[in-house]
Amino acid sequence: MTDIAVSARPRAVDLSSDAARRRTRKRYRAEARFRAYGIAAILFALAFLVFLVSDIVIKAIPAFTLNSVALEIEANREDLDPQGTGQPDAIARGDFVAPIRTALQGIFPDAAAERRTRQALNGLISSGGDEEFRKLVVADPSLIGSKLTVPVLLSDDADLFFKGIVTDVDAEVGRGVATPSAVSGDVTILSSANDFANSVVEIKRALSAEARRLRGEVERYQGLLATYSAALTTAQGELAAARVSAPADVPRLEGVVAKLTSDRDSIAGQIQSLGAIAAELETHFTGSGAEPLDEKVPSLLVQINGGVVKVTEASNSRISGTTLIPLQSANEAAAGTWEVVTLSAPEANRKLSDQEVAWLMQLEDEGRVTSGFNWLFFTSGDSREAELAGILGALSGSFYTMIVTLIISLPIGVAAAIYLEEFAPKNAWTDVIEVNINNLAAVPSIIFGLLGLAIFLNFFGLPRSTPLVGGLVLALLVLPTIIIASRAALKAVPPSIREAALGVGASHQQAVFHHVLPLAMPGVLTGTIIGMAHALGETAPLLLIGMIAFIVDVPGGPTDAATVLPVQIFLWSDLPEVGFQAKTAAAIIVLLMFLLVMNGAAITLRKRFERRW
Amino acid sequence: MLLLFIAWGPTAPRLADHMALASLPADVQPADDLTRDARLREIRAVADGQSAGAEPAIQAAGKTFAAWRSLAEWGLLVVGLALGALGGFWAYRQLGARFRARNRFETVVKVILIACSTVAILTTVGIVFSVLFETLRFFARYPAWDFLFGLQWSPQTAIREDQVGSSGAFGAVPLFAGTTLIMLIAMLVAGPIGLFSAIYMAEYASRRVRALAKPILEILAGVPTVVFGFFAALTVAPLIRTYGEALGFDVASESALAAGLVMGVMIIPFVSSLSDDIINAVPQSLRDGSYGMGATKAETIKKVVLPAALPGIVSAFMLAISRAVGETMIVVMAAGLSGNLTFNPLEAVTTVTVQIKTLLVGDQEFDSAKTLSAFALGFVLFFFTLMLNIVALRVVRRYREQYD
Repeated sequence: MTDIAVSARPRAVDLSSDAARRRTRKRYRAEARFRAYGIAAILFALAFLVFLVSDIVIKAIPAFTLNSVALEIEANREDLDPQGTGQPDAIARGDFVAPIRTALQGIFPDAAAERRTRQALNGLISSGGDEEFRKLVVADPSLIGSKLTVPVLLSDDADLFFKGIVTDVDAEVGRGVATPSAVSGDVTILSSANDFANSVVEIKRALSAEARRLRGEVERYQGLLATYSAALTTAQGELAAARVSAPADVPRLEGVVAKLTSDRDSIAGQIQSLGAIAAELETHFTGSGAEPLDEKVPSLLVQINGGVVKVTEASNSRISGTTLIPLQSANEAAAGTWEVVTLSAPEANRKLSDQEVAWLMQLEDEGRVTSGFNWLFFTSGDSREAELAGILGALSGSFYTMIVTLIISLPIGVAAAIYLEEFAPKNAWTDVIEVNINNLAAVPSIIFGLLGLAIFLNFFGLPRSTPLVGGLVLALLVLPTIIIASRAALKAVPPSIREAALGVGASHQQAVFHHVLPLAMPGVLTGTIIGMAHALGETAPLLLIGMIAFIVDVPGGPTDAATVLPVQIFLWSDLPEVGFQAKTAAAIIVLLMFLLVMNGAAITLRKRFERRW
Repeated sequence: MLLLFIAWGPTAPRLADHMALASLPADVQPADDLTRDARLREIRAVADGQSAGAEPAIQAAGKTFAAWRSLAEWGLLVVGLALGALGGFWAYRQLGARFRARNRFETVVKVILIACSTVAILTTVGIVFSVLFETLRFFARYPAWDFLFGLQWSPQTAIREDQVGSSGAFGAVPLFAGTTLIMLIAMLVAGPIGLFSAIYMAEYASRRVRALAKPILEILAGVPTVVFGFFAALTVAPLIRTYGEALGFDVASESALAAGLVMGVMIIPFVSSLSDDIINAVPQSLRDGSYGMGATKAETIKKVVLPAALPGIVSAFMLAISRAVGETMIVVMAAGLSGNLTFNPLEAVTTVTVQIKTLLVGDQEFDSAKTLSAFALGFVLFFFTLMLNIVALRVVRRYREQYD
């Protein structure tokens, strides 16, 4: 700042003028800004972590509970034990589904009359719903012939309905006196207050929002259409020119023109159909008076006199509709004894029909539906049914894989570290090994998968998809971590220990194995645990060696086909069902718990046994 | 002993296969590899006792196969026992007052230790060879030049000749471009954030803040990548799509941006912890000199500490890049599959690792160019990351020596 070479005599240092003050303030501001960047960076990382964890926890919550419905089931001999042997293993093969279905149909007798509704009703029960019942009867065959109340697992969709994921359910207690016209079939209900006004307004609002969205979509497509039309014109011009001058290009340009034409046509078609839907929606919400409802708008159900009416036309104080569950009487219902239920997701957009929702609501009102902790998630293997899928198979696969990894990588890693740290002469060869180990630690994990595929599977012919091969690959993957950590631990043991041992006549190896290694063990184990935690979360190499197969059985050993926890997460995350999304998040939480425990153990080990020499 | 088992393992079944095939009459001798495998399966089924409905020739071959197989198993037992007895006898002869057991034993232990330390080398050799051989086989079918510089990637080799895209184009440039794009996005996130947090932790933070912030960053490094992938695919990508569309952009549901952002967060700790070490290694005397001239802390860091730490920081970035390029799960779950040659971060791109995974998962024959191309991609990936790592580690090493 003070440039002596240029100015002839030294300038007085200027500290008090306004300009200097401004400069200083500016520099201090820059200082504060720079510091703030650092804080912001760390806060960003923290915020991301919090967002990540809370997002996954929120997604996982539904997976930790499971809903079942309590049914009074007739344990009749014809279904459960047709031969009448009374032997548990014969009973275990009996048909436990039929009595459950009979019991459910007993609650909704008119649904059982027709084949289609009967099937829908049966669909509410999980395909593994008979497990509890079977266990109960097999454990105590004397129960056959009696009537039992057993919790029966609900199907995935029904389960999700009670968790509020299928649709938002908004129940409003009726304020007026409602008079239904009949008990079944087409029914009109009159209310003495404007009980349906809110719902009608709500539905109209939803419709207009949807129509606005569609109009926006149409505009976007029209923009796209313009681009495509312009491109098509250009391409046609090029094609015409090419026909004259460059015949070789003609086929290619023809292809381009054909593709652009078909794209443009499909966009135009899209615009037309979207416009039509939007126009239809607009007629709905602009019209006044009685509002017809169909499966494209939110559903409106009325729960009255022990039955459920699906609304097909609504005005402020009067609705007409069809019964989903017959009413017990056509008497007037007093204020507060009946409800208007709005299901905000249109029927066309969800898997559960209004009829099924009505059944479920009825079951819930009867107090049959109970929600319990999802033990099944921890005690069963994978399944195609979201409500039955569990992580036990993946957990035990991970367990066997980790055992194989540990058995291979710990001895080899420690031995290599001992050699390199204690015995190896300082020469080019050990230098190569050292550089090589450091590089190996940074090789992408998927490359190890290629190695496993080419060498273990193709060359040695080891069985695919097994924890054995997975463990071998992961052992090679974590070997550098263990070697580096073990070397650091061995290096930390002071030479006086070694010299004392040598001094009393131990050989070099005895000194190392009897004195240095035990003292370095906490460090070695810390490194090993961290390496194993890394291996537990590793996915990519295991995909390549085929641990991605769909396996229902819980593996019984390292040579059974298995999958591991992170791969299970990957498999589930690919499935479209909402139920599996929650399962994925729950499996992630289990995985993170394991990692937390392992890393916590490593830290405790380090804190408790680490000695400063 | 172990050697015997290892050698016996792959050779014995091959011998049995061979003998069984040789015993087949000439008219059913298989013509090519495929029928050979099919015949062998039949023969094995017969040998396992499921002989119903097999041709007589196959029946006979099955008997031969079973005979040879049992012979191989018994042979292993007999030879193994004989070797064991021989070893025991030899050991007994050696024992005596003059026998220096400890020295002998220690020689053996030392050999074992050396063997263990070469496992790391063997791993590298194994990687290089397994990838290299398949790559060479791939280049024998498909020119290397077209692979490295071709602009079209469509690995579906068709079953019929007249199918669309029957040629199977293996021009890997779209994959390299996609990988580079995602890597650049990731580095744009991880570079500044990682560097600034390293500077803050090394220069500004109190001990307590440091003790809190460092584990937080390390947790990010410990989260399995499949978790980041899930987060990127199911939370970040839809978010970007919603906001992008609200702003009038056309966002693909598997945009490069989502994968890149999440990957960037994943590699923050790789940048920050190494940079932190490097900045800490800059001698205090340099800082004191700068303070003595009246510089503020920020000026000291910008003008003195960072230039001094530059080589180390560059190598930290290089290691982070090699992580980003080799990362698989995030891009598999959040990036696309189609090889678009684009640098628009809102479109779907595919990467080298995604293609390796896609080509090798599921049913595969080991002769198709499709499968082999995955190994060629693996080779490129391995070579690239190896170069980055070697250079980066060397720079770090030299840098440490400079200030020690």
